[in-house]
Amino acid sequence: MVSYLLQRLVLLVPTFIGVTLIGFLIMRLAPGDPAELRAAGGLRGAAGAGISLEKRGVVDEALVQWRAQYGLDRPMHIQYAIWVKNLFTLNFGESFKDNQPVWHKILERLPVTVKLNIFSILLVYIVAIPLGIYSATHLNSWSDQTATFGAFVLFAVPLVWAATMAIVFLCGGDFLYLFPPGGLNSLDYSPDWPLWEKVSDQAWYLFLPVVLLSYDGFAGLSRYMRASMLEVLGQDFVRVARAKGLSERVVILKHVLRNSLIPLVTILASILPGLIGGSVIIETVFSIPGLGQLGYEAVLARDYPTVLTLFTVSALLTLIGILLSDILLVLVDPRIAFGRRGQ
Amino acid sequence: MPLSPDADERVEGQWSHVWRQFKRNPMAMGALYVVFLLTIIALFADFLANDKPYYLVYRGQSYFPIFRSYLVKLGLGQWPPELLNVDFKSLDSQGVLFPPISYQPSNIDLTAPFESPSGKHWLGTDKLGRDLMAGIVHGSRISLSVGFIAVGIALMIGVLLGALAGFFGSWIDMVISRLFEVMLTIPTFFLLITIAAVLPPSIFLTMIIIGLTGWVGIARFTRNEFLKIRNLDYVTAAIALGVSSRRVMFRHILPNALAPVMVSVVLGVAGAILIESSLSFLGIGVPADTVTWGSILNEARSNTFAWWLAVFPGTAIFITVLAYYLVGEGLRDALDPRLRGSR
Repeated sequence: MVSYLLQRLVLLVPTFIGVTLIGFLIMRLAPGDPAELRAAGGLRGAAGAGISLEKRGVVDEALVQWRAQYGLDRPMHIQYAIWVKNLFTLNFGESFKDNQPVWHKILERLPVTVKLNIFSILLVYIVAIPLGIYSATHLNSWSDQTATFGAFVLFAVPLVWAATMAIVFLCGGDFLYLFPPGGLNSLDYSPDWPLWEKVSDQAWYLFLPVVLLSYDGFAGLSRYMRASMLEVLGQDFVRVARAKGLSERVVILKHVLRNSLIPLVTILASILPGLIGGSVIIETVFSIPGLGQLGYEAVLARDYPTVLTLFTVSALLTLIGILLSDILLVLVDPRIAFGRRGQ
Repeated sequence: MPLSPDADERVEGQWSHVWRQFKRNPMAMGALYVVFLLTIIALFADFLANDKPYYLVYRGQSYFPIFRSYLVKLGLGQWPPELLNVDFKSLDSQGVLFPPISYQPSNIDLTAPFESPSGKHWLGTDKLGRDLMAGIVHGSRISLSVGFIAVGIALMIGVLLGALAGFFGSWIDMVISRLFEVMLTIPTFFLLITIAAVLPPSIFLTMIIIGLTGWVGIARFTRNEFLKIRNLDYVTAAIALGVSSRRVMFRHILPNALAPVMVSVVLGVAGAILIESSLSFLGIGVPADTVTWGSILNEARSNTFAWWLAVFPGTAIFITVLAYYLVGEGLRDALDPRLRGSR
């Protein structure tokens, strides 16, 4: 186990370097000088107006100072090295936009996105696992085929469309007003509300974003669950269990279900990175102040430190997710030999 | 004298077998017809929605303005002076035949913003009075060309890297597999909005970056097929005969490895169309005056009373993506050896 872990960790190193390098290069080689962009608000406006050579000199001097402050005047490879060193000390630099430490901005936004994703994951599992079991135990029945087709349809529904339709038809406007069009809490929300009111207010605001984040997961996970169940159902020990007279209920729930849940562990790997990427659209549409919205705004403002940090943190989470699911898989299923996976 | 005792049992090519299996799946065939229809709409968009007539009699002369506009675009002809920059609809003509939708998506009519669907504007108009039907018909060109060009780029990169990794193995496979892991680890959608936001808005650049970030699936399929086929006797024989590695890879192995790769190519087209619509929905990567399915959806978000802006472009994306998914799934079923001969 220890040698397997070590091997996995060593293999993570080149991947980590590759990921950070890609992010770093894209952000630094992109057109648009961050120092000038940072100064764009006040200084360049004056420079563009061409007031006087004297003032132009002041602008340039300020730009040089900015570059020095953010290390933008050093050679690329040194900038990269400094940045990686800072990464390990959780020092992600300061946002170009408002000089706030990036790490603080992320910590501030993290709870919202985590909340959104936890509800969404729970919803996916609650809906998809029973659906997958039902489909597998009623193979090729009318309802199984409906579920299969429904999964395809859900997969093909573009998230941007579903979100827009929800905004247009369900959130005020000229049609129904079932849900709020955005935000997290009512305007008059106060921490003094009774618990029940707080919960229901939150549920009212989170319902649409959570459902929209989850619907393609229903389709994906239920198909996955179905396939996994079918594979276990075809194995000898299931025939033995049935032959010795166990009730179908016990066979399915105790023997088949437990074993078919094992591959679901690998899905963990895809959950962590979804924290950022998956919610860009939803958080933007519903104006939810989470990491996705932070990333989108940072990209538009060319706030390099913030973008780069989100990019790296999300990639690191994916790496950790892959590692965790590999280890969990080995722990829950002793039939899988160490080091043989993925070959 | 045939060697086989049964003359009817000819050896069947892989592709004709796949096609025979595919044809038995009514859903996949239906989806294939939809794909054809969409391609035809995209190819003939100028003839379906255009502010110029097919045929026009003016001052005793007959003209074919749509065809003429092609000649002008190619530099092979010129507009006659009496038709240069005229509004064909207000022309005092003796006979005229317009396309079914007599608008271009770029025709701004500020007197008719946000008109709901009517006989004049079949699917209504947007905030600048542009005809929505014309926008959707011409938008299909953008969506389909993004799908094809992005996947074409992904296919080239994926097949090349997958072939190298699968054929040579050892350290080459090791390095390329690390590259796969890097690509799987980075948050693709976030990377896409980052690149698209720092580059100048252009449909063509969007296609390229979707292609550059979307090759991993294809590469993994190709690698796995190459690993399988590489050890077959005919390949060993070819290598023993001194055939060059390049020839073995691309002439001997690739044709047999291509079938499973095609599944991820078809699914990739759907994926690229979804990504493009999300990007243009976020207002990233598409020039502001270009009408795409995603950009129309974006307009609906801030004008929630104009339900037609939400319903129709989304339906277009949905139908396109669903059709490609179903074709891809049909192809997968047709290829799956476990299903062979079972239906």
